[in-house]
Amino acid sequence: MTKILVDGVEVDVPGDFTLLQACEQAGVEVPRFCYHERLSIAGNCRMCLVEVKGGPPKPQASCAMSVKDLRPGPNGAPPEVLTKSPMVKKAREGVMEFLLINHPLDCPICDQGGECDLQDQALVFGVDSSRYRENKRAVEDKYIGVLVKTEMTRCIHCTRCVRFTAEVAGTGDMGAIGRGEDMEITTYLESAMSSELQGNVADLCPVGALLPKPQNFRARPWEYQKTETIDVMDALGSAIRVDSRGREVMRILPRVNDLVNEEWISDKTRQIVDGLKTQRLDRPYIRENGRLRPASWQEALAAVAAKTKATSASRIGALVGDLAAVEETFALKLLAEQLGTPNVDCRQDDAKLDPKFGRASYLFNATVAGIEQAGAALIIGANPRKEAPVLNARIRKRWLRGDFKISLVGERPDLTYGYDYLGAGPESLLQFIRSAKPVEKLLVIVGQGALARDDGEAALTLAAQAAQSLGGLSEGWNGFSVLHTAAARVGALDLGFTPGAGGLDARAMAKTGALDLIFNLGADELAIEPGAFVVYIGAHGDRGAHRADVILPGAAYTEKSGLYVNTEGRVQRAFRVVFPPGEAREDWAVLRALSGALGNPLPFDSLAALRRRLVEAHPHFAQVDEIAKGEPAQVVALANHPAVAMKDPFVPAIQNFYFTNPIARASAVMAECSAVAQGRLAQAAE
Amino acid sequence: MSTRRLAEDQPASFEFTPENRAWLETQIAKYPDGRQASMVVPALWQAQKQNDNWLPQAAIEKVADALGMAKIRVLEIATFYSMFNLEPVGKYFVQLCGTTPCLLAGSDEIIEVLQRRVGPQRRVTDDGLFSWIEVECLGACCNAPMVQINDDYYEDLTAENFEKLLDNLAAGRPVKTGSQIGRISSEPVGKLTSLTSFYGDGAK
Repeated sequence: MTKILVDGVEVDVPGDFTLLQACEQAGVEVPRFCYHERLSIAGNCRMCLVEVKGGPPKPQASCAMSVKDLRPGPNGAPPEVLTKSPMVKKAREGVMEFLLINHPLDCPICDQGGECDLQDQALVFGVDSSRYRENKRAVEDKYIGVLVKTEMTRCIHCTRCVRFTAEVAGTGDMGAIGRGEDMEITTYLESAMSSELQGNVADLCPVGALLPKPQNFRARPWEYQKTETIDVMDALGSAIRVDSRGREVMRILPRVNDLVNEEWISDKTRQIVDGLKTQRLDRPYIRENGRLRPASWQEALAAVAAKTKATSASRIGALVGDLAAVEETFALKLLAEQLGTPNVDCRQDDAKLDPKFGRASYLFNATVAGIEQAGAALIIGANPRKEAPVLNARIRKRWLRGDFKISLVGERPDLTYGYDYLGAGPESLLQFIRSAKPVEKLLVIVGQGALARDDGEAALTLAAQAAQSLGGLSEGWNGFSVLHTAAARVGALDLGFTPGAGGLDARAMAKTGALDLIFNLGADELAIEPGAFVVYIGAHGDRGAHRADVILPGAAYTEKSGLYVNTEGRVQRAFRVVFPPGEAREDWAVLRALSGALGNPLPFDSLAALRRRLVEAHPHFAQVDEIAKGEPAQVVALANHPAVAMKDPFVPAIQNFYFTNPIARASAVMAECSAVAQGRLAQAAE
Repeated sequence: MSTRRLAEDQPASFEFTPENRAWLETQIAKYPDGRQASMVVPALWQAQKQNDNWLPQAAIEKVADALGMAKIRVLEIATFYSMFNLEPVGKYFVQLCGTTPCLLAGSDEIIEVLQRRVGPQRRVTDDGLFSWIEVECLGACCNAPMVQINDDYYEDLTAENFEKLLDNLAAGRPVKTGSQIGRISSEPVGKLTSLTSFYGDGAK
C-alpha cells in the first residue's frame, strides 16, 4: 500500500492503482472518456489530466500513470495529485475545446442527448464559448450491424468499442482505420459485427456515435420509468434495467453485478424489446371446430373445469416452460398435487437432470465469478458462446489472463478463445478422464447438449467423474458446473417439478394417447402430439398456443414480479415493469383463478401469500441474491452412479441463438440478427 | 493526406509467389508463438512489392490469414501507413514533396510539369509508366525541391532537369539518383559559406 495525497486528502492505495483509481478512492471525480475500468488503458482522450507533485512537471493522464510511478518528496512527504489546481482547470478546458472542435452541435437531434458523457462533461469542465471558426470535419456513417446505428461525425476516437470487441467480445470486429484527423472507427469494410455482445458497444460509446438502432429516435432518457430487474433470455440471470414509457417497454440496459454479468448483456437480452409487443395473447381463446375463437375468462375457465372434472387424475399432466418464475411453477405444482397427478415435468428438452441426485448435481457450482479462480476448464457438450454469451466472456477473461488450458468435447464451435478439441462424443470424454492428469481447480462445464438425450444421465455421471478424478473437487472448490439454457429450470428443479412415483416425463406426456389433459405453463419448445386436451398458459402465440385447446393469457417476464434462480443457483427477484396487455393476467393469478373454477381454491390470494407458502416449503428462496451451495458429496455420489453412455456425438443445445424462446421468435430485430448470422454462416461454408 | 480507402476495382484474388510464400514462412517462424502479428508490416510490404507496388483487398486478407489476425487489424495497418498504396500506381510512382521548404525552392514548377506530363494526382498514365501524388515533408529539405520515385530520392530539381529525368525513365535509360545538379549529398551549392577555415590543431 502506498500513501498519496489527492487534493490534500491522504489515501492509502495499492501501488499498482492508477492515479485515476486513487482519485476515485479519495472521492474525487476525474472526467474521462477513453478510460473504462473493464477495458485496457488507452490514454488517448486526455480528459483525465491532473497535476502531480513527485512526477513530471506537466499535466499527466491520470488513467495511464500508476501511483508507484510517483516519487515521495525530499523529506518523505507522500506524492501529491491535484485535480482542482489552475493548471488542471486550464488543461481540461483545453482538451474539451479540442474535442469539441470536430464534434457537431447536434445535441437536439442526437439520441444520446441527456445521457451523454461529452455533454455532461462539457457542461462541468468545458468553457462556455467556442473560438473555432474553421470548417468542421465530417465522417461517413458506417454500417456495422443490425443493432448499432452509427453517426460517425460525432465520434471522439476514444476506441472503447474497438477495445471491447477485441478484449471482452473477442471477435475483433471493430477497428480504427486511417490516422490523425482521418482516423475512422469502422468494422472490416463495413461488415456486420459478429459478436453476441455487440449491443454493448452502444452503451460504452461516451457520445452519440454508436447508438442502439432499434431505439432510434424513440424517446429521451428523462422520459423513461426505470425498473431494475432480472433477465430470463438465458439461465445466467443478468442484471438489467428495463426502461418503460407509459405501458410500453422501450429498452433494456445492463446493470452492474460483478457476481453475474459484470456490466454486459447479450444482444438477445437487450433487443428482445419488440418481441414483447408482438404475437401477444391478450385474451382467452377456446378451440371450437378446430379453430381458436376469442372467449371470456369465465367461458375459458369453465371449459377447463369441465374437462378436468371429466378426466381421471392419472390422465392429467402439467408442464413448465423455460421462462416461468418460481412462484407460478410452485402454484402449478400445488394444483397438480391437488388434482392428484404425478405427471409433472419442467424438462421440456428432456434433459436428464433430477433433483434426486441433490442440488449440486444441477447447479453451476463453480459460480460465474468463480470461473476467474479456475485453473483449467473442461467443456462438455456445451457452446457457452450461444448458451450464455456473457458467461463465455467470463471464460475468455480468465483465458486471457493466461495459464488456462481449456479442453472441449462436443461440437467444434468458435468460442472466441483457444481450446484443445478432444472429440465429439462420450467416448472421447471417457478417454480424457482415463488419460489426463489432475490439475488444480478444474472447471467442468456440462451443457444441455450432453444432457438432453437418452444417455444424458451417463454424460452427467461422466462429467462428475471428470470433476472428481481430475481436480474438480477440492477444499473450497467445486468445479462441477451445469450450464443451463432455461431461466426457469433451476428454480423448477429446486421445487422438485419432476415426475412423481409412476409419473410420466415431458417427452412421454407429449406422446399421443399418454394423457387426456395437459396444463402447459409456457412450454413452447416441445411438440405435443395430437390427442390430449391442452390448456396453454402463456404470453405469446407460439408453438404452445397453436397446439392449445384453451388459451389462458399470461404475462411476459417484464409484466410480472417473481423469483428466478440462475444456473449457479442464485435466487434473484424480477420486478414488474408494465402491466400485461388486454385481459392477460400474471400467471400465478391465472392458476389461482383456475383452481377456484375447479372448486378447490389454492391457499393464497396474493403474490405475497404465495411467496410465504413457497418459503415455508423451500426456505432457500428467501435468500434473495444468495446461493444455497450444493454439497460436493452429491457430486461424488453422482460420479459413482452406474450409467452407460452411447457413442453418438453431442449435439449443441441451441441451434439458433436468436430464436430460443417465444419472445425472441416474435421479435423482428432478432429475426434480422438471425438472418445476418445465417448469411455469415453460409458465406463461411462457401 | 486524405481519407484512404481500398481501390474500387479489385483483383479477384491474390496469391503469394512460391518464393514469397517461402520467405513469409521462414519469417513467421522467427516470431514467438502468438506474436506473429508483429510480422504484419513486412508481410504487407512484400505483398505490395509483388503486386506492382499496391495492396489489393485480397492481399490484406491473405496476410491476415497467414498471421492469424482479424482482417480489420491488418486493414488498420494498411490504411495507417502512407507507404502502403491502396490503389494501382505507375511503374514510376512519383511522390512529390510539397511542404514549405520545397515550395519555397520551387516545387510548384515540378507540380506543373507533373500535371502537364502525367495528369492529375493518383491517376496512372495510359502507358502505365507514371502516377504521382503530393506528400508531406520527406526530410531532404537541404536539397529542395525533391521527389521520391519508387525507392529513390531525386533532388535539386528544376523544371528542365526533372523533365529530362522523366524522359530518361520513360525511355528506360539509366538515371542518376540523388542530386540532379551534381553536388554530393547536402554539401553547399557553390562555395563554402561557413566552416571555411579549420579551428585549432586541425589547421595543420
